[in-house]
Amino acid sequence: MSTVKTADAAPEVPRSKADISGRARKARKALSNPWASTLAVVIAILWTIPTVGLLITSFRPELDIRQSGWWTVFGSAFAGEGVFSLQNYETALFDGSTNLIVFFVNSFVVTLPAVFIPITLALLAAYGFAWVDFKGADFLFIAVFALQIVPIQITLVPLLSAYVDLGINGSFWTIWLSHSIFALPLAIFLLHNFMKEIPRSLVEAARMDGAGHVQVFFRVVLPLLTPALAAFAIFQFLWVWNDLLVALVMGDLNTFPLTVRVAELAGSRGGDWHVLSAGAFISMIVPLIVFLSLQRYFVRGLLAGSVKG
Amino acid sequence: MDWLLYAGDDTGHKFLLMIIAIVLFVALMGIILFVVDRPRNPSRWFVGFGFVGAALLLLTIGLVYPAIRTIINSFMNRNSTEFVGLDNYIRAFTEPQFLIVLGNTALWVLVAPLVATFLGLVYAYLVDKSRFEALAKGLVFLPMAISMVGASIIWKFVYEFKPAGVNQTGLLNQFIVWLGGEPQQFLLSRPLNTFLIMVVFIWIQAGFAMTLLSASIKAIPDDIVEAARLDGVSGVGMFWRITIPSIRPALVVVLTTIAMTTLKTFDIVRTMTAGQFNTSIVALEFYDQRFRQNEAGLSAALAVLLFVIVIPVIIYNVRQQRLSEDVR
Repeated sequence: MSTVKTADAAPEVPRSKADISGRARKARKALSNPWASTLAVVIAILWTIPTVGLLITSFRPELDIRQSGWWTVFGSAFAGEGVFSLQNYETALFDGSTNLIVFFVNSFVVTLPAVFIPITLALLAAYGFAWVDFKGADFLFIAVFALQIVPIQITLVPLLSAYVDLGINGSFWTIWLSHSIFALPLAIFLLHNFMKEIPRSLVEAARMDGAGHVQVFFRVVLPLLTPALAAFAIFQFLWVWNDLLVALVMGDLNTFPLTVRVAELAGSRGGDWHVLSAGAFISMIVPLIVFLSLQRYFVRGLLAGSVKG
Repeated sequence: MDWLLYAGDDTGHKFLLMIIAIVLFVALMGIILFVVDRPRNPSRWFVGFGFVGAALLLLTIGLVYPAIRTIINSFMNRNSTEFVGLDNYIRAFTEPQFLIVLGNTALWVLVAPLVATFLGLVYAYLVDKSRFEALAKGLVFLPMAISMVGASIIWKFVYEFKPAGVNQTGLLNQFIVWLGGEPQQFLLSRPLNTFLIMVVFIWIQAGFAMTLLSASIKAIPDDIVEAARLDGVSGVGMFWRITIPSIRPALVVVLTTIAMTTLKTFDIVRTMTAGQFNTSIVALEFYDQRFRQNEAGLSAALAVLLFVIVIPVIIYNVRQQRLSEDVR
């Protein structure tokens, strides 16, 4: 993970909706500058053009892609020519030489446990650090916090040898374990900060009533933590699905996810844009859906992770 | 055991393994909680380590120990069999090939975070309270969701080259032709190629910068803005005299976070040029030296170097953070 955590993560202060939108409306009236608005929209469109170009390309026939730029489709489409087809996606997914469908499955198989495993371990650890007063807790927590700065490059090679010694190299376990380990410092830190936001009196009242740590964990802490868990889960999902380095080092031909295969295609078949464009979008579709439908949680996690609220 | 280590074509088997892995760790969590809760009067130490033990164990074996091993290996030869002192580091700092790599890395760390943060800041300011704010921000933020491999392919297509006289298929060359120029092979010549590869990274990270900075711009108290406006401050003056000082802590965090990401990013260079044409950076060279050249010692030294370069960035971040906390 890349973010440095420097301050407490404060969950957003709830404000009444009416208050916010009322103020926003007023401010908008006062400030809205039509030039700034136009410029902002123009930049946003410029930002999107490279992606749109490749997206259009992925639906064009192979020969057209070689012979003309993607921007010419608008003219041809007006002239009534059939310019789009799904052929590239079919080739990329099922053709023997690319076979992306297999790697698509691998991406799922790699990603889901790599999201759930660190969550289980980090939940336990974060609870321990936040609510069990044991000797050395502070020191250990700072140590875990500090581990966030270790670049994963420095750990990869010896970790790989350890997997070889254990005899589990080449299986999915190496990728799952590696991603879980690398995610733990951030996960523990984030969840710990959110747990600390739960009022002490609430936890203590439950303890007074005779609830054990396990009951407090399930009945008090976990329900209040759902937004934080969602934020971390999305973060980790995108991270693992989009990862290249860990998969490349730890995986092999049978466990490689899409990113590795698509990157390989970019190297070996750099001119075959019909396969590459479709392949790129096959690898992007799932994170895009996750991101677009859960953006709110993602942004919240990002804010909690790096800037004081 | 073999069944659990399966990796092959059987999709059903793979999905089953995936579910087993998840269930296994959820069960592990359950067992730990069960054991911790058993004793009537458990010592706090027992409970505490029950909760944090599993994570600490994994971090020690999987992060701390390998990091120490890598540091040791960086003083060993190419098969890690013999102690060679500082040889690997000397090579990394003297051989021309690596000097280019170090130069590129310096360029990346100095330019990419500054440009990305600056663009993100300007855009966050521009888009704040404008119409279509949500949509515009969404579009600029979108590249954050896609992989760096995907982003690199998108941009490689923008930079695509066809000889003069033939229809161009890359957008950038088409613009050059429209303006009456000769199409270029952009990724071949240094240092232009490094900057063009950086564009991909900046394209992704500007959205990250914008999101964080936009949140802190919105957190500036209205009365400050109002007071400044009554004093006749507006437009550019507002940006430099009110906005920037108010969000300084966030700016530092964004800048340093992106700088650290820059150092560790290798996907983009690998997908764009595979480090050819003098575009390699330390994070990529680490990989190539280990897995293509089989230079374990040199690769370890480069990994350590990566870690060492990160440290001043972090110290700067922490110091700035302390300063701003004192002010509060």
